[in-house]
Amino acid sequence: MACLNPDGTLTRSAQAVLAALSAPAGETELLQRTSLPRFQIRSLLRDMTRAHLVDEAEGVYSLTDDGADLLDTVSR
Amino acid sequence: MSDLAEAAIAPPGLPRLNEPAPDFEAVTTHGTIRLSDYEGSWLVLFSHPADFTPVCTTEFVAFAKIAGTLRERGVELLGLSIDSIYAHIAWVRNIEEKLGVEITFPVIADLDRAVATKYGMIMPGESKTETSRCVFVIDPRGIVRAMIYYPLTTGRNMDEIMRLVDALQLTDAHKLATPANWRPGDKVIVPAPLTLELAQERVADGYECTDWYLCRAEAPAATSEPAQPAPAS
Repeated sequence: MACLNPDGTLTRSAQAVLAALSAPAGETELLQRTSLPRFQIRSLLRDMTRAHLVDEAEGVYSLTDDGADLLDTVSR
Repeated sequence: MSDLAEAAIAPPGLPRLNEPAPDFEAVTTHGTIRLSDYEGSWLVLFSHPADFTPVCTTEFVAFAKIAGTLRERGVELLGLSIDSIYAHIAWVRNIEEKLGVEITFPVIADLDRAVATKYGMIMPGESKTETSRCVFVIDPRGIVRAMIYYPLTTGRNMDEIMRLVDALQLTDAHKLATPANWRPGDKVIVPAPLTLELAQERVADGYECTDWYLCRAEAPAATSEPAQPAPAS
């Protein structure tokens, strides 16, 4: 899974997307908030949704508690 | 044999211009990617015969050098070969280490040849185990707009790929065409008129016409402006 390293920590690109989800956002907002290309954001969002780090409702993505916890670990 | 059974053994159709690009989900150096992940962007999907081979290495360096310019035009690059993800990772790292060039675009590890088969990238007359040097330009709606096939022995020309992208984007934005050897900034071709009346008017319209069917105009500077006739002189 491209969003997680083998030790369970977030990859750099996954960190960037999760950090950009400090407020819920759609794809276009995430494009503006990160320097990542559209295809990579979509791929990461799919991975992170499967990993229960992100929730999606009607095209708007938000952090789950697990996602927020993992992001918090990085920033500590 | 039933239609269903025939369909099951029939070789997949090859991509055709102006038809939807074959869908895929593939393992890449950037994680799992679907064709639909590129919806809204142009995509240059290209195959190379094998990792750690000399011509392919020169091509990868050349593709990496145009990646930034392509992205400025809303175009993403996606490579492919019948190699493992580990081979791709090792080769990409080797190119950065030995040649100082970072490969920023993803590369599909198509070990089961699923994507290569859908796109007709394997030419058995050339090699049964490698993909030829194919390029597919796919538009933001997922439609195949151009295809280039080169043999194993000939490395591709990045100027031509850039020129092709520029021409496609220009002709999409304006109802015009590009002549032989066109380069950005050169005059463009005004589509030939379809009625006798239009043909007669065309010559009088102020375009630079060799005859009614071959008229040129200055290329529009901005994508929102239609092609303008050259000033009459």
